[in-house]
Amino acid sequence: MLAEFNGVLLMLAIALLVAAGMLTGHRLLGPSRRFDEKLEPFECGEKQIVSPHQRFSVKFYLVAMLFVIFDLEAVFFLPYGALFRELGWFGFGAISVFTVPLVVGLLYEWKKGALEW
Amino acid sequence: MVELVIKALFMLLVMMGAFLPLITWVERKQAALMQDRIGANRADLGGIRAIGLLHPAADVLKLLTKEDVVPAGANRVLHLLAPVISIVPAIITLAVIPFGGIYTYGETKLNLVIADIDWGMLYVFAVGSIATYGAVIAGWASNNNWSLLGSMRASAQMISYEVTMGLSVVGLFMALGTLRLPEMVYAQDATFRVLGFLEHFGLFETLPAWLSWITLPSWGIFLQPFGFILFLTCIMAENKRPPFSAPEGESEIVAGYHTEYSGMRFGLFYTAEFLEVPVIGALVATLFLGGWSIPWLPQETLLGVLVPVAGEGFGTTLCLILHVLTFLLKVVVLVWLQMAIRWTLPAFRYDQIMDLCWKIILPLSIANIFVTGLFILVVEGLR
Repeated sequence: MLAEFNGVLLMLAIALLVAAGMLTGHRLLGPSRRFDEKLEPFECGEKQIVSPHQRFSVKFYLVAMLFVIFDLEAVFFLPYGALFRELGWFGFGAISVFTVPLVVGLLYEWKKGALEW
Repeated sequence: MVELVIKALFMLLVMMGAFLPLITWVERKQAALMQDRIGANRADLGGIRAIGLLHPAADVLKLLTKEDVVPAGANRVLHLLAPVISIVPAIITLAVIPFGGIYTYGETKLNLVIADIDWGMLYVFAVGSIATYGAVIAGWASNNNWSLLGSMRASAQMISYEVTMGLSVVGLFMALGTLRLPEMVYAQDATFRVLGFLEHFGLFETLPAWLSWITLPSWGIFLQPFGFILFLTCIMAENKRPPFSAPEGESEIVAGYHTEYSGMRFGLFYTAEFLEVPVIGALVATLFLGGWSIPWLPQETLLGVLVPVAGEGFGTTLCLILHVLTFLLKVVVLVWLQMAIRWTLPAFRYDQIMDLCWKIILPLSIANIFVTGLFILVVEGLR
């Protein structure tokens, strides 16, 4: 059962090796001439005035919340898609009942302006 | 185990050894061609320019010999981790993509996929969502305002398109009835009569003979033409290349989440972005263009021709080679399509990107699921 994951683990090991190799090569070959001005975060030639670690627009949190709702829906849809023929009209009815509240929710968010940027 | 390593090395050699450097070259050459100018041809080795083919090698050398700068106040661990997190998903997605069918050599079966997972598509989505972390962590760890803006944009864009990406292929799963990628290709390795559905209404016999013989390969693109367009749009938006390049937005926020990355650390982001182009090509080819299958020539038919002519073992091997070449050809076509789109369309504004996702693609893909479901149930129920 778990043997089919050997390939995934192998690819993961290769991916990490590739990344580590590239970064190590860079560390070995690249020069290192550091001074304070060079290490300053880029800010159009000025000193950084505002720290980036502060509050940002609430829109992004809203998208994250919508994502959680609709991605869960997507996860339920995937196995339904695969078993669609076996489940027939019963499954279709069930998935319709499942989708209606979500579509209503989407329309509500839309009308409330949650999807405006 | 040896078989596994050979398959993994083959996939890597093709994708990272051949496609990746060639794509960085094709990208510049195609841009030059489409903008009517002379493209990349400056890198030369003792006077040999080889139409710019040396540029990928020059890129690697240049990136390797640049200074590794970590900005002051940055989180050093996360700053190093972010590019690694970006590139890993691009490589491990390849594990479930079949580049050939299943071939029998006497007792042994050769299955040309690195990991034949039962719920392969779920794995693809799960791995794809890890890439979001790379962009978000990069922006957060850099201690730079532009990076943070870029990473916020990237996270919102990528999670939004992840939702629609999942929903837009459900119609295809309904048509093919599986989530296992090798099985999906076998389901597409057949033909169907274009007007065959009329049989269920008892109208098929009334058609002129030539009309009833028109067949198409039962590829996803013909079963789900609408789903194909939706899925391609979503997966291209996931990759954040132009026209969906708002997270990098070089005309607004410097370079977005990788502003503070130099040398090979930036190179890893760059590699991940370019590697995703053939990976997307391979995935879309597997889902919608029948993967390794040769149109109108299913595996049994091909084996039936090749085995008597070339013998059992050699015939099967010949079939295997033809299938792998077909798969690579389809990937090349899809890479070309992505390049053409990338250099044809101007970059979208951020609100346009988000509107396209939530207001157009999401309702359309839910509608696609229900129309597909109704069509299949009604037509097959009449039998």
